[in-house]
Amino acid sequence: MNAKGKVFRYGDNVDTDVIIPARYLNTSDPLELAEHCMEDIDKEFVNNVHKGDIIVADDNFGCGSSREHAPIAIKASGVSCVIANSFARIFYRNAINIGLPILECPEAVNTIESGDEVEVDFDSGKITDVTKNQTFQGQAFPEFMQELISAGGLVNYINKTL
Amino acid sequence: MGMTMTQKILAAHAGVDSVKAGDLIMADLDMVLGNDITSPVAINVLKKIKRDEVFDKNKVALVPDHFAPNKDIKAAEQCKQVRCFACDQDITNYFEIGEMGVEHALLPEKGLVVAGNLVIGADSHTCTYGALGAFSTGVGSTDMAVGMATGKAWFKVPSAIQFNLTGAFKPGVSGKDLILHIIGMIGVDGALYKSMEFVGDGVASLTMDDRFTVSNMAIEAGGKNGIFPVDDQTIAYMKEHSDKAYTVYEADDDASYDQVIDINLSDLKPTVAFPHLPENTKTVDAIKEPVKIDQVVIGSCTNGRFSDFKKAHDVLKGKHVAKGVRLIIIPATQQIYLDCMEAGFLKDFIESGGTVSTPTCGPCLGGHMGILAAGERCVSTTNRNFVGRMGHVDSEVYLANPEVAAASAILGRIAAPDEV
Repeated sequence: MNAKGKVFRYGDNVDTDVIIPARYLNTSDPLELAEHCMEDIDKEFVNNVHKGDIIVADDNFGCGSSREHAPIAIKASGVSCVIANSFARIFYRNAINIGLPILECPEAVNTIESGDEVEVDFDSGKITDVTKNQTFQGQAFPEFMQELISAGGLVNYINKTL
Repeated sequence: MGMTMTQKILAAHAGVDSVKAGDLIMADLDMVLGNDITSPVAINVLKKIKRDEVFDKNKVALVPDHFAPNKDIKAAEQCKQVRCFACDQDITNYFEIGEMGVEHALLPEKGLVVAGNLVIGADSHTCTYGALGAFSTGVGSTDMAVGMATGKAWFKVPSAIQFNLTGAFKPGVSGKDLILHIIGMIGVDGALYKSMEFVGDGVASLTMDDRFTVSNMAIEAGGKNGIFPVDDQTIAYMKEHSDKAYTVYEADDDASYDQVIDINLSDLKPTVAFPHLPENTKTVDAIKEPVKIDQVVIGSCTNGRFSDFKKAHDVLKGKHVAKGVRLIIIPATQQIYLDCMEAGFLKDFIESGGTVSTPTCGPCLGGHMGILAAGERCVSTTNRNFVGRMGHVDSEVYLANPEVAAASAILGRIAAPDEV
């Protein structure tokens, strides 16, 4: 499985309150949430994002609240993948559970700039900055998480065992 | 190699003799919690699971507290969905308005979590119950749904940072200052994926409410959980609040820690986290330029317990809130509300110019009951001060203990209790 898109680049500690502000949590409709995705950190995000685009951020992406609405909003906005130095732990498991691909790769984060065209091969973890013609190796997931991801998320995985 | 306290609880619930950091395990759950924001998503996910009923109606807790009492029609629909689900599934621990409270104050008070339990909650501050010697951690709605259906959750076994506490707090310093001090020291991702295990002679000097506050904000350092050893105070608290059997786990002597941090509690001072991260801490005495404020909130799962209001009351009694400052007091549960009423606090708060609300998370997450306008500043006893957390993207939140919050309300700027 591959993803290819334009990069939206953010810094450290992008929290779930800016990914999807609580004032919009009176709904759980993914498309409605997507309309406000990243609103408090980047008002233009929803106008500029296209299917397949990629978010790249520094440390501790998704810190704060446990709201699954955050990865849901990102996924429903069309984003194909989030690459960061590190993820906050609840966001990390939520993303895996709902099937939003995420990758930890400080080398890629260090190089990739906003607007770059980036391609990700999820099977190998290879990240290619097409604009800069550079390739990076994302950290592989443990086997159990690979199973979750390839099942399409936790619900499909659990349903196989029931 | 020995196990940490957290690892022992996880091993016992995974049915294995031992675990080590990095292991991926499936563990049995003693309680699965959700609120009015996260449960609707979980209820919808549950419909996609082959087993679409809860594994044990006594081991699920549903607490509409975030946008409850219903703040608007959409919030009312979400609360209704939770209410109908609780009714359909005959959930024992569903708490309607009138008996509800802020979830992480309510569950310990109702005796639903005891030492040795393994609890997940679709709310990041579920880590609060580490104060009772339980392993508890925040998860998302899909984990909640699968937890409700199967009674199990997957975990990556964490390594740990040990905090060795000595001494005792000076007057005016409490659990909030300890955890803000720690977050200021290690950063908002300083304990990422890790357990924060609190040990040492200083633990005995922390009240249960101090411990709840400290464990509550473990997530603000990125921690998976924040856990205290079980002592006489813990046992007395559990005997008062619960009939459930508890199990005491202790870390092995040869358990390994990524880091050991020594903290002398008597060195700590009243501490405030400046916008827009809980790690931006300053001791109040180091604030040189006056920080004028518009609002003060005293409440939440972090500092909305009886002792918090007693501390605020000690500062506020007989004094008046500064002109132009809005003081919002929110007891975290109905029982705390009643206790504050019987102690005479509520009358005094109102006579001081404060307003008293029914229990709700409300303003803490910018939901309702105290939203900030552009340019406004709030001193709050809550747990997060991210951009836009309590309202407008250009508003500011300063996190503090209840005494600092009360003193700030009186002087209209961030202030120490000894200034009033």
